[in-house]
Amino acid sequence: MNDIIIKNITRIVIPFAQAYGIFIILNGHISPGGGFAGGAIIGTSLILYTLVFGREKGKKKFSHKMSEIAESGGIMIFVLIGVIGIIMAGSFLANQSAGFPQGELGNILSGGFIPILMIAIGIKVASTMISLFNILIDEEKV
Amino acid sequence: MKKTIANVLFLILFVILVIGILQMPTTASTNAPAYNDIVYHYINNGATDTNAVNLIAAILADYRAFDTLGETIVLFTSVVAVGSVLRSTKYDKEAKENE
Amino acid sequence: MVILNIVIIIFLITCALAIGKIKDLIGAVILFSAYSLVMSILWLILNTPDVAITEAAIGAGVTSILFFAVISKTKRYEK
Repeated sequence: MNDIIIKNITRIVIPFAQAYGIFIILNGHISPGGGFAGGAIIGTSLILYTLVFGREKGKKKFSHKMSEIAESGGIMIFVLIGVIGIIMAGSFLANQSAGFPQGELGNILSGGFIPILMIAIGIKVASTMISLFNILIDEEKV
Repeated sequence: MKKTIANVLFLILFVILVIGILQMPTTASTNAPAYNDIVYHYINNGATDTNAVNLIAAILADYRAFDTLGETIVLFTSVVAVGSVLRSTKYDKEAKENE
Repeated sequence: MVILNIVIIIFLITCALAIGKIKDLIGAVILFSAYSLVMSILWLILNTPDVAITEAAIGAGVTSILFFAVISKTKRYEK
């Protein structure tokens, strides 16, 4: 797409969209939102970048290799926290009894492992959206 | 003929669904099947159990964290399925060159 | 408030019927996106902001883009 208005507006809009997505993910345990919604917003902003600036530039920002790492990394963080619960307290995904630092009620650093799980889900959902779009939009099989 | 039979069946289904909706408990009613003891447990002990203010996040990521793990695995499976069908690999290129 | 609920539900039913009837697939995807946006307002009226945010982000944003990507691989008009 070679329209200067769309390119300039996209450059302005994308940082705000991504900051809003990160805000929703990090505030998942004290206000409405969470990993799924914030991850979808970040993924949509990356899809917008690919649509406006073309597949080649989009590949530099988020390649297949990176999406593979993010796909499995999100689940690995999740399962790792569950295994920590097994070691410390004897049950999968134990929160308070496993000794995670609890923090003060209502602060952003509270709730044990809930913020870490939200970040893991956010990475997972964002990379799922962008890689589904990339696979569908790529050239057909060689 | 086929069309009239389909329309009549459609109307009967519509009436059944409307009757079903009219039987449902209204919003915030105490007769709803979901309104049982566990609601009180979550509301009274949720903040002290998990230290999270948003009760929905506390249920999704602490009480029912195993279900959330299942959801993420569903997403992972969908990406793997689409990629294995549509993505081209180096083996496809080699097979094309050998032909 | 009751009138707003009735208007929203009539809009949703009309959208759902139109999605089934329309022959232009891109028009169907745009109607589906409008359906999701109004559905997210209905979730907000029902006091569930979590579901409303998720519906607006996934239903109206990502799903329609994925449908557009699939339509670009096939034909636009239904036979």
